[in-house]
Amino acid sequence: MKHLITLNVNGDDYTVACESSRTLNEVLREDLGLTGTKLGCGDGDCGACTVMVDGDSVSSCLTLAVACEGRKITTVEGLAKSGEELHPIQDAFIEKGAIQCGFCTAGMEMSALNLLKKNTSPTEEEIRTAISGNLCRCTGYYKIVEAIDSAAEKMRENK
Amino acid sequence: MSLSKFDYYAPETIDEACRIAAELGEGAMFMAGGTDLLVKMKRKFLVPKAIIDIKKITGLDEISYDDEKGLVIGPTATITAIENHPLIKEKYPAIAEAAHATANVQIRNMASISGNLCNAAPSAENAPVLMAMNARVTLTGSESTRTVPLDEFFLGPAKTVVKQGEMMTAINVPVPPKSSGTSYQHISARGKVDISAVGVGAMITMNGDICEDARIFLGAVAPVPMMAVKAQDVLKGNKITDELLQTAGLEASKEATPITDMRATAEYRTLMVAVLTGRAIDESRRRAA
Repeated sequence: MKHLITLNVNGDDYTVACESSRTLNEVLREDLGLTGTKLGCGDGDCGACTVMVDGDSVSSCLTLAVACEGRKITTVEGLAKSGEELHPIQDAFIEKGAIQCGFCTAGMEMSALNLLKKNTSPTEEEIRTAISGNLCRCTGYYKIVEAIDSAAEKMRENK
Repeated sequence: MSLSKFDYYAPETIDEACRIAAELGEGAMFMAGGTDLLVKMKRKFLVPKAIIDIKKITGLDEISYDDEKGLVIGPTATITAIENHPLIKEKYPAIAEAAHATANVQIRNMASISGNLCNAAPSAENAPVLMAMNARVTLTGSESTRTVPLDEFFLGPAKTVVKQGEMMTAINVPVPPKSSGTSYQHISARGKVDISAVGVGAMITMNGDICEDARIFLGAVAPVPMMAVKAQDVLKGNKITDELLQTAGLEASKEATPITDMRATAEYRTLMVAVLTGRAIDESRRRAA
């Protein structure tokens, strides 16, 4: 069954004709060309596909695109919308060297955003819990935790 | 791992959802968060011809409490909403703790407890505590509605009493008895983010030093979440001492029938049932005070 749906992604509306069986991850990457969001395990375990839907982080590999009609979707491309100034989370990841191969980064940053929207001064344990659904096979998490802590500080200062 | 094709329906009322399910018959499945359903579909364990998405039904995500009826959890309330709900944290802390123990942040933002129960994994994180607290679930079909005690709900791995065309429309947890306390104790290989290798839910009702009533349920150590009858029996009517905690734990481990799988060996699970049962009883009775 094909559906004509309108998705609001990073503030822009996109109308797509898609099968019910297509995931949000597939539509974002293949139809809209937003390949910042990755596909890792496809089972909701690794977090590489994390995006925000209506302000909450979700696994886009386990979300049907057709179920997202009328909902607000934010991907990593929406963090620095203008393309000029990076989001404080992105700045902090660069500054702290929290990126190695980069495959987990988009998901990590979306999980960081989900945390910092709800908790502006997280403890280290809260940061670790917040990214417990995001696997990194390069850096060993320490620099990522540091980056999120630093981003929290930047975001508090910017307020 | 792409999904096979299916028809998608997003009804706006329970009546409409049940009518669509009745019309489509076999092969139509209800979906809340979809986090278990889509994984099973990707692996072709399930190949539904239609999905009925119940998330668009207004009001089904409500969580409410009153002093007579107790707690009512709507079938599309997310697990995140349950773990963070102030009244659940205050009056039903073990329910919030089991919710927090479920999967990871992203999955909890999507998934529901109703889905966790209907998926009927032996390891369903939210089942043991809800069973210990005498939860009942409401199942609605196009013709009738019925209420089933959760401890009669599971029939086997991925098998429940839910009939074709029925959807879970509420989870009701009675007001906890006076002087009762609850606990959820669990253990898994990777910290606390993956599925538990063993989970124990308990509700202990005290009368002074004496255990008046005990309900203990074990997860992931039998084909369904199971009642530890003998462990309950050794507690009832007795003073809870450290020795009795050990005895109850050992009784529970004798009742469990775990298997060896990727998450743990049967031997390890048997040992952990004893340890976690003891801890669950101990925390429950301390909370009862």
